[in-house]
Amino acid sequence: MTEPNNPAQLDQVHEAEYEIESMPDEVTTTDKSYSQGRLVLRRFLRHRGAMISLTFLILIALLAITSIGFGPIPGWWSKNHVDLYPIQEVGGAPTLTLWPFSIGEHPFGQSTIGKDYFALVMLGTQNSLAIAFTVGIAATIIGTLVGAAAGYFRGLAEAFLMRVTDLFIIIPTLVLAAVLGRMAGNVGGIFALAGMLALVSWTGLARLVRGEVLSLREREFVAAARAVGTSPWRIIVRHILPNALGTIIVNATLLISAAILVETALSYLGFGVRPPNTSLGLLISENQNALSTRPWLFWWPGVFIVAVALCVNFIGDGLRDAFDPRQQMD
Amino acid sequence: MTTTPRFTGENPVLKFDKLDVQFRTEFGTVHAVKGITLSVEPGEVMALVGESGSGKSVTATTALGLLPKTARIQGDTRVTDKSIGQLSGRQLRSLRGNRVAMVFQEPMTALNPVITVGEQLTEAMEVHGVAFGRDAWDRAVDLLNAVGIPNAERRAKQFPHELSGGMRQRVVIAMALACDPDVIIADEPTTALDVTVQAEILDLLRSLKDKLNTGILLITHNMGVVADMADNVAVMFKGTIVERGPVEQVLLQPQHPYTKRLLAAVPRLGEGHGQFGVAPNPVEPTAEAALDVRDLVVEYHRAGKKPFRAVDGVSFDVRRGEIVGLVGESGSGKSTIGRALLGLIPSKSGEVRVLDQNLLGLRGHELKSLRKRIGVIFQDPAASLNPRFPIGDVIAEPMSVHKVGNAKEREARVHELLDAVQLPRSVYNRYPHELSGGQRQRVSIARALSLSPDLLVADEPTSALDVSVQASVLAMFTELQREFGFACLFISHDLAVIDSLAHRVVVMQYGKIVEKGTREDVLLHPQEEYTRRLLAAAPVPDPIEQRERREARYELLKELGDEVVELDTRELDYDARGPRTES
Repeated sequence: MTEPNNPAQLDQVHEAEYEIESMPDEVTTTDKSYSQGRLVLRRFLRHRGAMISLTFLILIALLAITSIGFGPIPGWWSKNHVDLYPIQEVGGAPTLTLWPFSIGEHPFGQSTIGKDYFALVMLGTQNSLAIAFTVGIAATIIGTLVGAAAGYFRGLAEAFLMRVTDLFIIIPTLVLAAVLGRMAGNVGGIFALAGMLALVSWTGLARLVRGEVLSLREREFVAAARAVGTSPWRIIVRHILPNALGTIIVNATLLISAAILVETALSYLGFGVRPPNTSLGLLISENQNALSTRPWLFWWPGVFIVAVALCVNFIGDGLRDAFDPRQQMD
Repeated sequence: MTTTPRFTGENPVLKFDKLDVQFRTEFGTVHAVKGITLSVEPGEVMALVGESGSGKSVTATTALGLLPKTARIQGDTRVTDKSIGQLSGRQLRSLRGNRVAMVFQEPMTALNPVITVGEQLTEAMEVHGVAFGRDAWDRAVDLLNAVGIPNAERRAKQFPHELSGGMRQRVVIAMALACDPDVIIADEPTTALDVTVQAEILDLLRSLKDKLNTGILLITHNMGVVADMADNVAVMFKGTIVERGPVEQVLLQPQHPYTKRLLAAVPRLGEGHGQFGVAPNPVEPTAEAALDVRDLVVEYHRAGKKPFRAVDGVSFDVRRGEIVGLVGESGSGKSTIGRALLGLIPSKSGEVRVLDQNLLGLRGHELKSLRKRIGVIFQDPAASLNPRFPIGDVIAEPMSVHKVGNAKEREARVHELLDAVQLPRSVYNRYPHELSGGQRQRVSIARALSLSPDLLVADEPTSALDVSVQASVLAMFTELQREFGFACLFISHDLAVIDSLAHRVVVMQYGKIVEKGTREDVLLHPQEEYTRRLLAAAPVPDPIEQRERREARYELLKELGDEVVELDTRELDYDARGPRTES
């Protein structure tokens, strides 16, 4: 920065040493540029709990998908969830032994009528994961749109959207989901059910996003965008939402883990997934009477529900710490 | 000029000995303070001067033992005879407020908004066992009286938001005085205040050290405040003290290149154009108006109350190629005018003619095409750049909104603009958080110029910057204005900045124009009382001249029938107090 007449520059000798507005070191020495997103990713990858959970969740998903296959694609597990097999052990107990390690014919045991329980649990896990992620994504989209529109436009739009949100909030989620779930069950498979669950679970996110947008819209970079004549939707999509991404992503993960539990509860009550298809909740529901006599029928789906929900929650924790390191406990 | 030190450093109330502070962060260790030695004596004002990141606030925070756990502190910090590093949590708490007190920068956040100011004062006294119950309350009222708050009895029962900014800072000072500390650390005590209020608070602090013999460690970036207040000065740069000495010596005969550079960068009132090497071109009086504001009225609606008139019948114009400075203190409505010109807030009545089109009558497409011809620079470059956009996108955004050129042409234009604002082209793919404050403000100027606007609205563009950065940004700004010839409305609270580049000046108070005219007329021969007060209160970075200005200001205040606010110790029983009981 050369201003030749500037008296401040009389002392040319020490210019370099006491350069006041020098470039930050990393700017001049490397070509690497860290966007906010990359900084977040870096912090996330360093979050041990989240990384372990993520690995674990991926392993569970891989196991569920490859073992029994996905849809028409066959998997490596020779048995399916429909056929009845001759009972191997007394009472259909698991053949899985850890020492010496052997899987046996039916590692998770057999159901009351002789179905392979491993295949059933894998199918249940697939369905539960599919429902959870569909709900998470769909509810996040609805909630974000409603919240962003309400927060940015204020006035009548806000009043209308937030009253609709209130309406959804005051009806107990489970009751509403049960009614909608029953309707969806009559129409089609698990994705219809997931859609219905999404319809009842976007409200919390809508409120959070609205709050976030309310504060972001007062920021000067939004004023700067408005001052050059940027259209409202462009401001929302290009300027505001990327800055609210932290809130949105973190809450999406929480939505997913909540969806797993809601689906479990619904299936347990008999309003969710219908036989012959199955889900982890339905398996527990069908076998609740077996807890004292054949506990494995209860424990296997239970363990998978807890594992998946825990993993998703830990990932959410990691994301939150990555987006907002100030909240982290040291 | 006296160069003999008035304070010998033999009996310090606060002493840093080879203080060294490092912080562990995500990206490695930050060496904030590198072994500095500094002391403050009773009745001395030691000014610690430096720009952001110099480590001056970290140094001060050490004295209260308030650094976060990630800090690694070496060396010794002593308050009177106690070494901070060796005290337990309990001993530290009894020391804070009692022996060493703090005056914070922002009085609104330093005070608890849900507790009355009287209770906040008594709390400090009760915690330290100075006084209890009714006694404490009486003493709180006395303290408020002493710091020059009228109607102290009633004010003590009020909440912070019911007081003005200056009053709040007086309350903070009263709280610092509550337990009669040996040393007060004032961290930028006047930075958040208007210049006339700043002068009053400085008067108060000055009388405080004279009458109570308290040592003051004054942390500031403002050389005018230093000249007005300090006995001795230490200049800090990147964690080390590069120069120290009596105030006259350091400010008038600086030895170190950094100090010289810092002082040269301070805009001086009365020196006019060209202070930073570039003077704006003169403007023909016949040049046509780029902006013509007539009887502008802006009102804010308040629930259940009469609307608040923030701008009340304001008329002025800006000619092509001209820089008009809009000056005023907080609440004068200057920023509101800026926002109304940009159409960010609705105006109630009046006309805003930009290049002969009335902005207030336009809607939709016509408004958008007029906005294309107005550029804007905001105060805080950190807030006005979208943190998720790389710099190239930030600068190109106005062009893509108005669909100017294709991607390639835009990129070429961005490179051109980066050259114009003297940033390396390599910042194109960087993000705002990777740049320094000054660089970010350059980006924001480049963005404002991307559509070659005819009118630029600059709302306090340099007040969030360090003084040396401000100087280079102002020089660059003036050069760009000469080159592109845009008309500019330059909104600022800093008269010296306005003096360095404006052709004409408009002075505002309470939403109305107090005085307007050419820069020479308004700043050198002010006619109105308010302008005179404003000019008298602005400190200059020359201790001798500043002393004269202070006397002149006292004269002016007397002439206008005002009093100089000083600490009134009559009500306080400091002298009757027995020997201090150690806790």
